[in-house]
Amino acid sequence: MKQRVVITGLGVVAPNGVGVPRFTEAIKKGTSGIEYYSQLKELNFSCQIGGIPVISEVKKREYLTELQLKNFNSSGILYGVIAGMDALRDAGIPPSEKGNDPHWDLGIVFGTGTSGVEKFREAIYKLDEGKVRRLGSTTVAQTMASGISAYLGGIIGAGNLVTTNSSACATGTEAIIMGYERIASGKASKMLCGSTSDDGPYLWGGFDAMKVITYKHNDTPTKASRPMSATASGFVPGSGAGALVLESLESALKRGVTIYAEVLGGAVNSGGQRGEGSMTAPNNEAVQRCIKAALDDAGITASEIDYINGHLTATTKDPVEIENWCNALNRRGKNFPHINSLKGMVGHCLAASGSVEAVSAILQLYHGFVFPNVNCEDLHPEITALIASEKIPQELLTTPLKTIAKASFGFGDVNACVIFRKN
Amino acid sequence: MTTEAIYTKLLPIVQTYLPEDVVVDQVSPDSDLTQELNINSAHLVDIILDVEDEFDVEFANEDMENLRTMNDAIGIIQQKLS
Repeated sequence: MKQRVVITGLGVVAPNGVGVPRFTEAIKKGTSGIEYYSQLKELNFSCQIGGIPVISEVKKREYLTELQLKNFNSSGILYGVIAGMDALRDAGIPPSEKGNDPHWDLGIVFGTGTSGVEKFREAIYKLDEGKVRRLGSTTVAQTMASGISAYLGGIIGAGNLVTTNSSACATGTEAIIMGYERIASGKASKMLCGSTSDDGPYLWGGFDAMKVITYKHNDTPTKASRPMSATASGFVPGSGAGALVLESLESALKRGVTIYAEVLGGAVNSGGQRGEGSMTAPNNEAVQRCIKAALDDAGITASEIDYINGHLTATTKDPVEIENWCNALNRRGKNFPHINSLKGMVGHCLAASGSVEAVSAILQLYHGFVFPNVNCEDLHPEITALIASEKIPQELLTTPLKTIAKASFGFGDVNACVIFRKN
Repeated sequence: MTTEAIYTKLLPIVQTYLPEDVVVDQVSPDSDLTQELNINSAHLVDIILDVEDEFDVEFANEDMENLRTMNDAIGIIQQKLS
């Protein structure tokens, strides 16, 4: 029999707030985490702004030992470890004691796009100088794609599936669905799901070269990320990590822990880079099929959706996403659910976006609010032609939510959509 | 450089890699680094890199194979410095 799956722990490291309490306050206020970075200017970036979480040296040492921090140079692993361990602590799951068995029923799916790009750069310089023997023992662990799940697995002592998924900007949402499926099928009782992304020029450079990030707001960083705006001019690169502990309802009730929401179901698919689909753009039919498949998997109708946490990156393609939601749900105008995009505040956290945004979605569902959309005072006319502007709140809206959808779409024409419910 | 002088410089390097449940007082010249002090064997290469920086020497692959204890390290360092 299919197990019901609930969320019992949350953790987040975002450019506008590290830790769930600070992040909750920031998203309620619409606080921006986007700043100007002179390093990007020095490197001749067109876009010289970005979103980077602020982590003190003291904070690092709450999560990693001095030895782990020696020669450590992987921002993504740092963010992922903080978010992941916060989520596990929130769920009341302590590290397994040294000498004891691992938690056989706890697994991890923690995604990323790349791992330790700064460490990799460091290694390449040494290598090219003929000093391969000077790389040290942790270059592999910091630069392997599964570095983040390996670090987390070792710190907590996870004994079930421990892996890293990677599907570009759909990574975080996909991780939640993979963890959900593993628990639903009875193969694990708890799964730490999430994703992380490195920060900085060596990750962001390729996007700058593609001209998909905005160059128009180097002097006005907090105004730069403009999802759903008529003046959206490209996304702002971000970074960070989000983490959720998924658990069988049975296990959560037995442990008597806080249940934030139920994962009703979800779906992933690809447009095969056919039709409008390409390496960088989605096939619209695939997007709509993914949303509909998530509703089917959750066993609900489109009319039950109260709120959508959009992908909405602040490129010129935002109206296309809105149209896809309208067609998939067959809801328009004032009948459309509330929708918002976290990217206005934190930028596009790339591989981390799905999980950071999913944490924001669960917080809204659990506490009953819709955070303000920032920087869309000039809503795109193609969007207001589809849905009522009041469905895109620009002030904090306090309202009970019951059933919500989160979707992410990534390079490679891949899609992921998940449905959460507060019972 | 005297054995004592080398040991004094070597101890803090090795200390960095001790597991949390091993204290520096447990380290003696004869301690086997991985078997007795429970240092992760992957970290032996890091210890060697730190030693190379501290003493301005370079270990060969063969030297690494012969490194088991603090005394082994001291012996190799003395040989390189002489």
